[in-house]
Amino acid sequence: MTPAYKTEDKNQSSGIMSLKWWLTAVAAAWVLNAWLPGVMSSYYFDILMLAGINIILAVSLNLVNGFTGQFSMGHAGFMSVGGYVSAYITTQMLASNPQMMENSFSSALVFVGSLLLAGMAATIVGYIVGLPSLRLRGDYLAIVTLGFGEIIRVIFLNTEAVGGARGLSGISQYTNFGWIFTFVIVTVFAVWRVVHSAHGRVLLSIREDEIAATAMGVNTTQGKVRAFALGAFFAGIAGGLFAHNLSTINPQIFDFNRSFEVIIMVVLGGMGSISGSVVAAVLLTVLKEALRPLQNYTGVDLRMVIYSLVLILMMLARPKGIFGTSEISDFLSSKKRAKA
Amino acid sequence: MFLRVLSISAILCAGLCPTSSYSQTIKVGEIGSMTGSEATFGISTHQGIELAIKEQNAKGGVKGKKLELINVDNQGKPEEAAIGTTKLITQDKVIAVLGEVASSRSLAMAPIAQKNKIPMISPSSTNPKVTTIGDYIFRVCFIDPFQGEVMAKFAAETLKVKKVAILRDVKSDYSLGLSDYFKAAFVKGGGEIVVDQTYSSGDVDFNSQLTSIRSKKPEVIFIPGYYTEVGLIAKQARKLGIKVPLLGGDGWDSTKLYEIGGKSLNNSYFSNHYSKDDQAPSVQTFVKNYEAAYKATPDGLAAMGYDAALVLIAAMEKTKNLTPKEIRDAIASTKDFSAVTGKISIDDKRNARKPAVDLEVKDGKFLYKSTVSP
Amino acid sequence: MIRSQSPQHLVLGDMAEFIQYIINGLSQGGTYALIALGYTMVFGILQLINFAHGEVYMLGAFAGYYTSNFVLSHQLNGKINALMNGAADQSTTASAIVTGVCIIVVAMVICALIGFLVERLAYRPLRGAPRINLLITAVGVSLFFQYSGQLLFGSDPKAFPDLFENLEPWTIGSDDNILYIEPLKVFVFATAILLMLILRHVIFNTRLGRAMRAVSFNHDLASLMGIPTDRIIAATFMMGSALAGAAGVMVAMTYPKVEPLMGSMPGLKAFCAAVLGGIGNVTGAVLGSFILGLAEALLSGYGTPTYKDALAFAILILILLFKPSGILGVHRTEKV
Repeated sequence: MTPAYKTEDKNQSSGIMSLKWWLTAVAAAWVLNAWLPGVMSSYYFDILMLAGINIILAVSLNLVNGFTGQFSMGHAGFMSVGGYVSAYITTQMLASNPQMMENSFSSALVFVGSLLLAGMAATIVGYIVGLPSLRLRGDYLAIVTLGFGEIIRVIFLNTEAVGGARGLSGISQYTNFGWIFTFVIVTVFAVWRVVHSAHGRVLLSIREDEIAATAMGVNTTQGKVRAFALGAFFAGIAGGLFAHNLSTINPQIFDFNRSFEVIIMVVLGGMGSISGSVVAAVLLTVLKEALRPLQNYTGVDLRMVIYSLVLILMMLARPKGIFGTSEISDFLSSKKRAKA
Repeated sequence: MFLRVLSISAILCAGLCPTSSYSQTIKVGEIGSMTGSEATFGISTHQGIELAIKEQNAKGGVKGKKLELINVDNQGKPEEAAIGTTKLITQDKVIAVLGEVASSRSLAMAPIAQKNKIPMISPSSTNPKVTTIGDYIFRVCFIDPFQGEVMAKFAAETLKVKKVAILRDVKSDYSLGLSDYFKAAFVKGGGEIVVDQTYSSGDVDFNSQLTSIRSKKPEVIFIPGYYTEVGLIAKQARKLGIKVPLLGGDGWDSTKLYEIGGKSLNNSYFSNHYSKDDQAPSVQTFVKNYEAAYKATPDGLAAMGYDAALVLIAAMEKTKNLTPKEIRDAIASTKDFSAVTGKISIDDKRNARKPAVDLEVKDGKFLYKSTVSP
Repeated sequence: MIRSQSPQHLVLGDMAEFIQYIINGLSQGGTYALIALGYTMVFGILQLINFAHGEVYMLGAFAGYYTSNFVLSHQLNGKINALMNGAADQSTTASAIVTGVCIIVVAMVICALIGFLVERLAYRPLRGAPRINLLITAVGVSLFFQYSGQLLFGSDPKAFPDLFENLEPWTIGSDDNILYIEPLKVFVFATAILLMLILRHVIFNTRLGRAMRAVSFNHDLASLMGIPTDRIIAATFMMGSALAGAAGVMVAMTYPKVEPLMGSMPGLKAFCAAVLGGIGNVTGAVLGSFILGLAEALLSGYGTPTYKDALAFAILILILLFKPSGILGVHRTEKV
């Protein structure tokens, strides 16, 4: 992010927000990557990995829906762009240069490179999708982004180069716990920094009152498009991680129900709370698996019925979500303050 | 160094702490789409599998142990199929996995089964890629190239037509594969594809595609889709005055086809795994038992699910200690196994070699026309 | 159309094909119009994209399915027939029409009830809340109906009973220049137009309609004027849902397949059509639906039908970018 501001948020330099802390977290992710498979059933390990991908999706969507107040329903579209781009790159590399992909170092390099390209491709698409948001708001924007997501899906469905309905298969499983949580930390870090910067205050002002923000001389157009592009970037990376975790993708995976899933996470966690998105993403991913045994008793799969009911009840009882707009660190610091 | 100590201790712990306990049942896993837009396929398959397991248990199970079927719903999503497979293998400790109908989901499951060296049998994934994932992955259905050839031959030799129109489902990899192989085989045999139109599963209106097909005057229309759409297509085709025969694949096999399409389906033909009216005792007992258990006529997917379970059970009985490795070898050596859908042999690519039958649809009945062996 | 063996023959054949596409498009547009009418009414009064509208349409189709099975299994249609003509087996088409209309009415009543409950339980408590909350609730209601529908009805497609089995399509011309028109689709088309006219009458010429327009224009002010806004909104919801129910049955009659997920795509497309015509405007909803139906039919016939699902959204995006108020809509300026 370009530092076009001078005032530093006091959160940034103190305690939990220092860069050292983030780097330690990345290191911890890789330690866990080596350690966990030995002590943990690979089922739980896989759930954690899925939760990580969902965290990236939820946090990046929260930047658009929560912090900027632009209700996007097309996150699956950005995810699919990322998934296809990175999977296409690695499968093509594997086909044209098998020796290089055998080496674990160079294959990791190609993988991360493909993820970054995936993110950039998604950013470009996000920019294009973000443009209509200059003129539309609220429900209209929601349905237009949903429409964009569907258009992207139909385009993939009709592109023979990426297999059409067959999709891509035989994608190497480069994704591991370490990569997922490295990108989780990068995503959370980036979104946190953006939100607590002057850019972030632009986004918040757009959410709170766009007309007033414009009247104050805030460039709302730029703010909205940037939020869309950055949100799409991380969705694209999540898509790439997803593709290299599942080893096969097809257009049907990325239909609007996937966008709804991410929206449920953001809404439950609290629109405008990063910690909320993280907690909700983990909670819902784990809950979905935890509710599986329920099927043995009921004979039918009740999970989505429960989810939709929870969504409705949440809106009726506590529309701001579990966390509202506050963060975990707010609770911590208020406790500290109370002690002092 | 710290890392290494950690990982060693982790491995030690995993080795020492016993996670699998001796159980009185043999656990078999099944992944299927019980909800979602493709649930109707998953439920049929599940009922077929369940019936086979129940019948075997009534006979005393395998090696004196009862079979226990653990079903996981994937809602039609590949990632749910993948995590479900992991759950079945690592949590429930199943010794074999049955599933999935759709190739897209089988492709997500196969790497996991292969990695854990647990045999997996897909009842009806026709994409050739599925079994190339590894040597633990099998299927009991024929693959697209064979069925495409069978239908091309049927069109050219039995119906004696030269001009064919294709109406394919662009959302389904099954339909795409079958169309491509049919096209290749039919053109090779000297025929002509006059028009290749598309629809998306879930559509209900096909009038425009059919109008465009009608203007090209084909002698036959090949519709390799699922019964969920084909019934409507047939109805609309007849109402647009298209009287030429319709042709399809095993996706047609369901009583729903006639319920939706009605008389419009007369003068249509499709290839299938078996004929329900086959008088062979194995077929008749299956149909009778299925109807008794589920109050419904079995469709093609139910029969394939039943056979996938039969092949697995037969393989288990051949083993000494019921280890996944032994079961894999036993499945791989399946030869001329008499199942409901014909004699199944597993070839060296772990695909089933078995005959196909051509059926004619007439007033709600599927009449047997001929058998084609590979 | 005249038959001709001259070189003109080909041109005439193409012309017939083109006209057939127009007929197909109009009949498809008719089904969208039926859904879009209810959509546009609800949007007009609450400014809410009622995602659950497509699901109410699905429930209407299922209500029709169970009702018609009940009617057929108890041979009530024979009794209706006897009541009508005094003797059975006379003019079966006429009795089929009466049976069909009865089924539609039953479905409309059931859907009106569902609409009432949805509004009362899910939307009314959110009056005054940010519109995004309403939208999220609507998504939740839609998902709830989709998945509980799968549990309740089973997720296999059901064949809708064929009440009009003996109805043959009308034909015009012969051989290459032949056109086929299905009576049922003409019925759907005519119903869409008729319902539009009725709605226009209700909205512009009745007390209820005036109250609806007032609530739509300014909720708070209408309330100050002594209009029972909650009751008006509930009434609008019930009307919109009843229309969706009627649409469900009529579409199920023309395309005899009902399943729990049948509502989501047509619902979204109908919304796009309503926006195209001018949201909140019943004439616009019908006009937009016919344009969308025609565009889809022509794309399927002359282009690639696989892009059909994207077409509605592409139209939506273009119209929102260049004329957000739609073809017939009135532009409302936003005030601070």
